[in-house]
Order: sequence, then structure tokens, then C-alpha cells
Amino acid sequence: MLNLALEAGRTHTPEAVLFWFLAPLAVAAALGMLLVKKAVHSALLLAWVMISLAIIYIAQDALFLGIVQIVVYTGAVMMLFLFILMLVGVDSSDSLKETIKGQRPAIIFVSIGLIGLFLSLLGRATIGVPAVGLTNANTNGNVQGLASELFTKYVWAFEVVSALLITAALGAMVLAHSQKTKSKFQQRDLSIARFRGKSLATAAGLPSSGVFARHNAVDVPALLPDGSPSKLSISQTLDARGDMIESKIFELEAREVEED
Amino acid sequence: MDISNYLYLSIILFTIGAVGVVIRRNAIVVFMCVELMLNAANLAFVTFSRINGNLDGQVASFFTMVVAACAVGVCLAIIVTIYRSRRSASVDDASLLKR
Repeated sequence: MLNLALEAGRTHTPEAVLFWFLAPLAVAAALGMLLVKKAVHSALLLAWVMISLAIIYIAQDALFLGIVQIVVYTGAVMMLFLFILMLVGVDSSDSLKETIKGQRPAIIFVSIGLIGLFLSLLGRATIGVPAVGLTNANTNGNVQGLASELFTKYVWAFEVVSALLITAALGAMVLAHSQKTKSKFQQRDLSIARFRGKSLATAAGLPSSGVFARHNAVDVPALLPDGSPSKLSISQTLDARGDMIESKIFELEAREVEED
Repeated sequence: MDISNYLYLSIILFTIGAVGVVIRRNAIVVFMCVELMLNAANLAFVTFSRINGNLDGQVASFFTMVVAACAVGVCLAIIVTIYRSRRSASVDDASLLKR
């Protein structure tokens, strides 16, 4: 465990180097999240921000939270985000055009105000407060310390949160569930449709592909009795892609049957 | 390096997330910006835990993570439901109550 002790609220050099390496990259990735067009790129940049935050947690003596950050956020949450992105359409790029007039200048103004507000709050919370460091709190190990807090002081919150998790899982299942408007075709329905269709020509099934004895691949159409290729015998997709092979070249040459 | 630099980083990330929630139109990206704000708050919790020398801040951060995981599950289900009925994940298109 990294036990970088504090002296009067200042960190040691390795931690400072780590911070000045990670923080600008995290801020750049977060800004990139706002500016890139595709949602997938936003998701990847957010994953980077989360990983750098996890490294920062571990550097700040919060070993358990750093690991949980990687497992829960970059593992589960980002996986879920990417899964939904694939479901909703990965190529649905967002137009960055302003839809409400004057929104951009207003939000920049408001965000500067927000930063000012937070800075004043931080000043109240940190100025004159000596930084203690977690060396004492983590004497038995970070995970043990957190566990003794969770299961004594915060045990009620812990139980409530478990109820919340179960409720959320149920809610997600109920919301994402959709009823089918018509039932799926069974074998019985398919065979009824085949015999009550327009013609009985395909009632016995479609012809199989290939020219017997010479070439049986799925892209070679079968030959009809008059020598013409049957398009019914190969997949429509292959035909549309132009991957159908001419079956004439595989035909046996007609030979005169010798009569004795 | 002063330890409150972590808090400044947290402020910057939170503000970027708040701006993103307002200016982006894709519901999924908006929600990712909400996650960024939650992460920034977690960073502040962890840093304050270190400044004050007790683990209460880390416990709060842990609970935030659990609640964020719940939020992700439910919100993504809502986005999928809206997408199914409107064929769009844009927050501008879900405007039925406007008329």
C-alpha cells in the first residue's frame, strides 16, 4: 500500500508527478467528451477519465475504492453504456448544433459562476484545516478500516442500499421488458403456410444447391431438367451480393450412349 | 504540491460534466456526463477523507458508487424504452408534453 505521509498538507514528489501527469489528461479527456461527435468516442474518453481517477484514488491511500472504481465503473458501468450504445445504434452521431438560442454563452457564464461558488466553498472547508493523512486510519489496512466503518456506523445505510440495488435491478428488468405483439412462427404454422400458399411448387421444400458429383458448394445453383440454373436453390443473399457461381461449367458433357 | 489540487481537479471535472448535461443532445452522452459529475464528487470525498484523516469520506464515496450503479441500470433501461417507441435517443425528440 502506498503510505505517502503528508507534511503540512503537502504531498511528496512522486505523487505530485503522478497528479500533474494524470490531471491534465483527465481534464482533456473530459473536455473531449463534450466535443466529439460520436457517442462511442465519448464513452471511451469517459473510461479514460475513470481509470485515471482510480489511479488517483490509489495514490491517495484509498486502495479499496481505486479497485472498486475500476471494477464497477470502467468494468460494469462502461460495459453497460457501450452495450446500450450498440443496441441504440452505434453510428447515431450527435449534431453539435445549438438548438436553443443563446444556450452556449449562457452555460459558459453559469459554469464560471459554478466554479466560483465551489472555490468559495472549498476555501471555507480547507483554509486553516491541517491535512491529517490516512496513515493512522489505515493502520489495520484500508479494506479492514472501511469494513469496520461500514458494518458498525453505516450498517443501516448499507442495508438500505442493498434494498435499493435489488429494486433497481427489478425496475430495469420491468422497463426493458417488452411484450411481443404476435407470437413466433412455429413449425406447424410454417408448414400450414407452405401448403396454403399461392402454389404447391415448393411444398416439398426448396431444391438443394450444387451440381451433383461435380460441385456441391452453397454458391452453385442446382440445374433444372432443361439445363437452366435454379435461383431457388441458393440463398438470396448470395445472389444479391453477386457471389453466385455459374453452374454451367460443372456440367457433365453430354455423351452419346454407344449402342451395341 | 498542495493537497487541495485534487479538489480543484474535482471542481473542473464536475463543471465539465454539468456543461455536458446541458449542451449535449444524445441521451446516452448526457447520462455519461452525469456519471462524470458523480465521479468528480467521489474524488472530492476521497480527498476530504484524506485531509480529515478518517474513512467516513471513503464510505460516502462507496455509497455514491452503489447508487450510481443503480442509476445506470434504471436510466439505461428508460433510454432503451424511449428509443423503442420513438426510434431516437435524442433528448429533443421526447417532447410529447410540449404540445
